[in-house]
Amino acid sequence: MGIGESFSLAIKNILSSKMRSFLTMLGIIIGVSAVIAIAGMGNGMKTFVKDTFSNIGTNMLQVYIFDDGTGTKSVSIDQIYDIVEKHKDELAGVSPYVGINGVVKYGTESSETTTVGGVSEDYFTIEVLELSEGRKLQYMDMKNRQQVCLIGAYLAKEWFNGSPIGEEISIAGYPFTVVGVIKQTGDSEPRARTNDDRVIIPYSTAAAINGSRQVSQFFLTSQPEVSTERARVSLENELLDILGDKDWFYVSSMAEMLKEMDSMISVVSTVLTIIAAISLLVGGIGIMNIMLVSVTERTREIGIRKALGAKERYIMQQFVIEAGVTSGLGGVIGILFGFLLSAGATALIKSLLQTQMTIVPALESVMMAFGISVFIGVLFGYLPAKKAARLNPIDALHFD
Amino acid sequence: MSALIEFREVCRYYQMGDNVVTAADHVTFSIEKGEFVAIVGHSGSGKSTCMNIIGCLDVPTAGEYLLNGRNVGELDKNELAEIRNEMLGFIFQQYNLLPKLNLLENVEVPLMYAGVSKRERKKRAKEALESVGLGDKLKNLPSQLSGGQQQRVSIARALVGKPSVILADEPTGALDSNTGREVLELLKSLNNEGHTVVLITHDNEIASKANRMIRLKDGRVVYDGVALSPEELVKANRESEVS
Repeated sequence: MGIGESFSLAIKNILSSKMRSFLTMLGIIIGVSAVIAIAGMGNGMKTFVKDTFSNIGTNMLQVYIFDDGTGTKSVSIDQIYDIVEKHKDELAGVSPYVGINGVVKYGTESSETTTVGGVSEDYFTIEVLELSEGRKLQYMDMKNRQQVCLIGAYLAKEWFNGSPIGEEISIAGYPFTVVGVIKQTGDSEPRARTNDDRVIIPYSTAAAINGSRQVSQFFLTSQPEVSTERARVSLENELLDILGDKDWFYVSSMAEMLKEMDSMISVVSTVLTIIAAISLLVGGIGIMNIMLVSVTERTREIGIRKALGAKERYIMQQFVIEAGVTSGLGGVIGILFGFLLSAGATALIKSLLQTQMTIVPALESVMMAFGISVFIGVLFGYLPAKKAARLNPIDALHFD
Repeated sequence: MSALIEFREVCRYYQMGDNVVTAADHVTFSIEKGEFVAIVGHSGSGKSTCMNIIGCLDVPTAGEYLLNGRNVGELDKNELAEIRNEMLGFIFQQYNLLPKLNLLENVEVPLMYAGVSKRERKKRAKEALESVGLGDKLKNLPSQLSGGQQQRVSIARALVGKPSVILADEPTGALDSNTGREVLELLKSLNNEGHTVVLITHDNEIASKANRMIRLKDGRVVYDGVALSPEELVKANRESEVS
């Protein structure tokens, strides 16, 4: 008896009791579709994070100087510029960054979500910021502590109907003139830390508003042909020379953050996938259970087949293949269902979180899920098959 | 030349709890090729045990069973399965057809295990079904057939592998007397064509249709000779009591 014969026999048996076969497969179906959707979600998250970071640029380095309150530990803007000059083969640009905790107002309206930050004219070489109208910040704005600002697309639309140039807004109580509008990059919704809902002012003006001349945050970029990691090491060494202790500063690199996020997402999605895979195991046990019942039910059939000359090997083969085909079929249905689930989840995330995260089932996770489900079927089909093969034909023939 | 079936002091003991039950007690007989033999006995006489041993479903505890000169007791499970497949054709009281397979597929089963090609199988199964008069029902399921027809299917299945021995276990037990008679006629005609037929039954009437009768009682052979009708049997018994 050939393998092909066993296959057609198995399919015949599966089709002859559709409801039961479906219920048997259900565990595998759920397991496989969960594995596929979750692995796909991990993939989607990675892509999403990568896309987000690519807006900022993975060659960005951020320096934080920790103030001990006495003001003795500080790095001046000139010192930072010196460092960049000294390592210009590794570092490309630098801009101080001064955050402002003030409410942005226009007349009686105010925006709570808008992020306000002070930067230098070089900032525009670090972060890709395109303007839809007006001009960027310039050296003279820094030098003269001009009260000028760039605003995001949200404020421009919401408050000024799209033509805000020359209008005056108030930041933390100080009047600022709008000189430019940042091009819309997202959906132009009021949300903190997005390009559409932010205000950029000269860092010198921001420092003056904060009442401190020290700048505790700098944005730098590494030269594109140099690894960000190398640039970071040089930067750290220089800062160590100035501040004397590693505890007074911290340099974070976007590339490293991306790497960390990537591995974090990997860990999370692996753990979730393993949890989903447990349901595959449970599905396998379900198959074993049904196969054991099936062996008992088909005792007489086994007896007849043995009397007619079936060797143990053939009976075994028949049952193992039946279990494998059952779970394999469950695997295929699970894969289809997993794709549906992924599409559904993508739509759901889009409508709930307003982000463009696409859940893409990876080919390898699809193959793996299918392989594992067949393997589990064969594995858990083995025991019932062994039981069937070992039945004594005389007893089996007289079984009712 | 040795006999086709040869029982030499065959014993079969079963362990039933603490007791050992003797199902066959030094049974000796031989059946030549082309014979039509009935093995008769009441329930518990050991006839089922003998049938299981003849059919290579079971092996003797002691003694020897030679089938076509081969000592069956020395064979392993796979070899027994092969022998059943090649040399024996079973006909059961309950027909024992596979309910999910159609008639053609049912008859093909022994050939499938013999490794016959699909095409050859279909051809031979069709011929076998035609020979028992069911050539027009190849695609029917067993459940769509009458008892007599189902038994004819099982005869076709027994014949299809061209076995040396056709082993019929109470083949008329589940049939009414008319269809039973037809089935017996069919077996008789198979014998006339040269098949060796061994019929196991408790019914003397049916046994008398065979040419030779082996009577078993309490696991022993009590009569081995020309098949007697029930009346002749009563007479013979009376004579044996007198002497």
